Amino acid sequence: MPGRRQVAIVGVGQTDFGALYANKDAHRDAYALGAEALRLALDDAGLRKDEVDGLLTARIHYEHGAHVLGIPSPRVINTLEGSGRMSGVAVQHAVSLIETGQADVIACVYGNNGRSVKMTYGGDGYAGSPTTRYDAMYGMTSPGAYVGMMYRRYAHDYGVPDGALAPIAINNRRNAALNPVAVMREEITEEQYLASRYIADPLRLYDYCIINDGGVALILTTVEKARHLAKRPVRVAATAARAGVSNYYTSTDFFHSASQDVARRVYAASGYGPQDMDCLQIYDNFTPTVLFSLEGFDHAPRGEAWKWVTGDRIARDGEMPVNTAGGHTGESYMQGWGHHVEAVRQIRGEAGPRQVADCNVAQYICASPITTSHVLVGE
Amino acid sequence: MDNQKLIVMLPPVTDANRGYWEGTLAGELRLQCGDSGAPRYPESPVDPVTLDPEFAWRAASGRATLWSWIVMHQQYFPAFADEVPYLVAFVQLEEGPYMMTTLVDPPEHLECGMPLEVVFEQISQDRAIPKFKVVSA
Repeated sequence: MPGRRQVAIVGVGQTDFGALYANKDAHRDAYALGAEALRLALDDAGLRKDEVDGLLTARIHYEHGAHVLGIPSPRVINTLEGSGRMSGVAVQHAVSLIETGQADVIACVYGNNGRSVKMTYGGDGYAGSPTTRYDAMYGMTSPGAYVGMMYRRYAHDYGVPDGALAPIAINNRRNAALNPVAVMREEITEEQYLASRYIADPLRLYDYCIINDGGVALILTTVEKARHLAKRPVRVAATAARAGVSNYYTSTDFFHSASQDVARRVYAASGYGPQDMDCLQIYDNFTPTVLFSLEGFDHAPRGEAWKWVTGDRIARDGEMPVNTAGGHTGESYMQGWGHHVEAVRQIRGEAGPRQVADCNVAQYICASPITTSHVLVGE
Repeated sequence: MDNQKLIVMLPPVTDANRGYWEGTLAGELRLQCGDSGAPRYPESPVDPVTLDPEFAWRAASGRATLWSWIVMHQQYFPAFADEVPYLVAFVQLEEGPYMMTTLVDPPEHLECGMPLEVVFEQISQDRAIPKFKVVSA
């Protein structure tokens, strides 16, 4: 068994979400979307497909996926369950497998044809545990409704006024406007935000993720191998997870205790603290998760993130840029996978008009029933 | 509310949850208790502390507090089509477990933390559903 090796993300690929979204009648195949992303990621890394010896998939299954992608005999292969928290988990699994020598080059491939199949992330057929049936009999469904429950309680506990989420929604659109592949490139005003219809009151339309088609792929390998590739390696300096699982998505402490545990571990292991981050890529299926993440990871004081997220502070050229590609309400809803791509591109200096100046350290955060975070550093 | 469509949505009655559903018909909120004494909801096959499958159904007080709520404006279920927008509440029972439910005749000013008590609404000959109403302090 070799000693523990350091791991880097060396290739990223994602589809043109905006172009895909423009065709309302598409019937796309999720595997094709993942395959396109993988092809782009391999090109990005300067690696051949036959060098891939590990495959982790999400929303497409490994068995058919290995066939479609032409990776029939990797040393490690698996599919992670389809929820969005798994993007962070997939990266962690890939890191662990490479660190311990189970594989040298792992491709993480995600394909989602949500728009094509008219996915609603709720309602009938949204199968789950017995709890899902008990919730459904009251009309309770879709993760947004559970986050809405949390946000109303958070607002009650901390005296948050209506409209406090507007800066987050506005920031996502402002960043998306600079992102050529983003789905929602029109900026919005606070007035438009406040006037938008409720989906699960207190959450409005602009608090919700897009439902779209797309694919994302990430290629991870050792830092040693990465140094021989063309592009600047992005080292995974630390990664950690902590579950906070109950029957409900709703966390009665807003994922805070799990987030604090993960924060302590990634900051200690990486040697970087919250103030050292050059940008944050925060899982934001719904805007309140940005507040929970900022507080859980010590970027903002407990109960005060809603005051902390001023338009200036979290802007691309602000003190702490957040979701610089437009996040899940602006760029696309790739369940956190796209956030990883953006972190890498920012560190490499490949973000074009939305580039954060001198970006060397990026943090991915997902506050959810499985809270994950990685600290990524340009070598 | 389209009760015919709602009935189809209900969790099927099984040996594992029969006590709960019989309780709702009898006007009693029941919780599963295994040998650890920790009440659980909804039904699960073993005690989460001891992993022992033995349990008894115990009557809960029916009292709860309102942790939070939403008003659903999106239509997801045909049974709820004519109810949109409708209120869903997340309540903590006096015994500890949380449950999703709804409120009957909610006051105009609703606030997290309000005290509640259970009421049952019969929707068919053999099914009743627990709901909650705000208790005036």
